[in-house]
Amino acid sequence: MAMKYNWDWSVVLCRAPEGVATGTGGSAAQLPGGTSAFAGGAAQTFDTGAHCAQPYFDWIVSGLGWTVVVSVFAWVIAFSVGSVIGVSRTLDQPWVRRGATTYVELFRNVPLLVQMFLWFFVVPELLPKETGYFLKRQLPLPEYWTAIVCLGFYHASRTAEQVRAGIEAIPRGQTYAALAMGLTPAQVYRYVLLPVSYRIIIPPLTSDFMGIFKNSSVALTIGVLELTAQSRQIAEYTFNIFEVFTVTTVLYILITLIVSTIMRFVEKRLHIPGTIALGGN
Amino acid sequence: MITVDKVSKWFGDFQVLDKCSTRVAKGEVVVICGPSGSGKSTLIKCINGLEPFQQGAITVNGISVGAEGTNLPKLRASIGMVFQNFELFPHMTVLDNICLAQTKVLNRNRAEAGERAMQLLNRVGLADQAPKHPAQLSGGQQQRVAIARALAMDPIAMLFDEPTSALDPEMINEVLDVMVKLALEGMTMMVVTHEMGFARKVADRVVFMDGGRIEEDAKTDEFFGAPRGERAQMFLSKILTH
Ligand SMILES: Nc1ncnc2c1ncn2[C@@H]1O[C@H](COP(=O)(O)OP(=O)(O)OP(=O)(O)O)[C@@H](O)[C@H]1O
Ligand SMILES: [Mg+2]
Repeated sequence: MAMKYNWDWSVVLCRAPEGVATGTGGSAAQLPGGTSAFAGGAAQTFDTGAHCAQPYFDWIVSGLGWTVVVSVFAWVIAFSVGSVIGVSRTLDQPWVRRGATTYVELFRNVPLLVQMFLWFFVVPELLPKETGYFLKRQLPLPEYWTAIVCLGFYHASRTAEQVRAGIEAIPRGQTYAALAMGLTPAQVYRYVLLPVSYRIIIPPLTSDFMGIFKNSSVALTIGVLELTAQSRQIAEYTFNIFEVFTVTTVLYILITLIVSTIMRFVEKRLHIPGTIALGGN
Repeated sequence: MITVDKVSKWFGDFQVLDKCSTRVAKGEVVVICGPSGSGKSTLIKCINGLEPFQQGAITVNGISVGAEGTNLPKLRASIGMVFQNFELFPHMTVLDNICLAQTKVLNRNRAEAGERAMQLLNRVGLADQAPKHPAQLSGGQQQRVAIARALAMDPIAMLFDEPTSALDPEMINEVLDVMVKLALEGMTMMVVTHEMGFARKVADRVVFMDGGRIEEDAKTDEFFGAPRGERAQMFLSKILTH
């Protein structure tokens, strides 16, 4: 490296002193505390000896926690809403299909960042007065709920396309056979089309699940203190940008690896005996 | 049992069925044959309402298939259907394939359904295959399971759409044997097939379709003795020479 840089990995290991509450669990409480400390002693951050002015390690853990929580909840929404929309796109009723298509086009084609701002700043204003007030003032952690809903609905449009493709990949004869034995259309989806199509689309679902974790970093723009936000904050406090963002990068990669491991396990569990395994197991 | 009365159907501008009329009495076996694209599959799918039709009427056991307000799932549950490509559900075991509609449609409990399934698997000679998945079975075995699955609903009639044409020659007979047995036991059957040996052996009547029309509808002996139409004669000579 051409420039002179003092590597100091100990920064990322700063823990809270015993007995001092740092709000690791609820990071909403951290920002005010951290900010006031920063205002009180700006010079500290240049002093390597005092780099433990804040429990940076706990910030990272807290950020990681929120990244996981926001992403997992968003995934639950994406999976359920996406399944409903995806199924709707395969139904016979033209108006249901049109509605579902509109949803997909809308949520897939507006940039995620813009959607984040729309949900956070615009939607509460459009709602009835009391609901808007509730969202802005009474709901605890509004930015976190907003991020979950926004990410969930955005990724639902992608899940919907995958579910639709999965259903359309199933030969028409399967539907005929299921209907012919007296199942209702809803039962045909529930017992035949969906179980098979979910299995078909496990690979794209996996990469989209990883995408949720990566996209969750956009939530920092509305004040969610997830992993990237916390890393930025630590970098601003300590100027140890390389260490901090190396750790962050590694953590994101770790998450991705864990997700793909879990999904590979799920794929194995759901593998249909006698058919060719796509994953090569 | 089944009456088809001047049924016409169009796919867009294309007329697939042109005033088709026929009937199948209780216990009767009717074979439907005809060149590819003549509308055999479409006609048989109209009978249990899998395909809608625009004109005419079909009744099964006195219930009108095309009428508004007909409970189609209930009607379909009473008619078994077997397809060219078996259409077993790949993610379920053989046993679960046979139990699905029994439990979800007829509301039998699992033990009852399982017992009935094993009875029928025994009957088609596949009791030992119950825990396997369809992809682990040969085509002939899959089709026999499909027949057992249809019979598990205790149907009043069975529809077959080219049940042996996706099978390797050595497997055709194991499926035909099951069907012959079924016919001899008195099951009402409508069978789309080009297996004329089967038709000769068990069919009461043979229906010949061409271009969406029913061109011949005759007693089996008469049909093979002296089919009246030129097209039917040509068709017969083609499929009987090999
Ligand atoms: N969903 C559809 N839309 C448009 N045309 C169709 C559709 N299904 C079938 N057809 C057409 O209707 C005609 C009759 O089809 P059908 O499958 O009933 O013929 P078939 O007698 O069963 O032929 P095969 O021996 O090949 O099975 C064919 O020309 C076919 O192309
Ligand atoms: Mg056909």
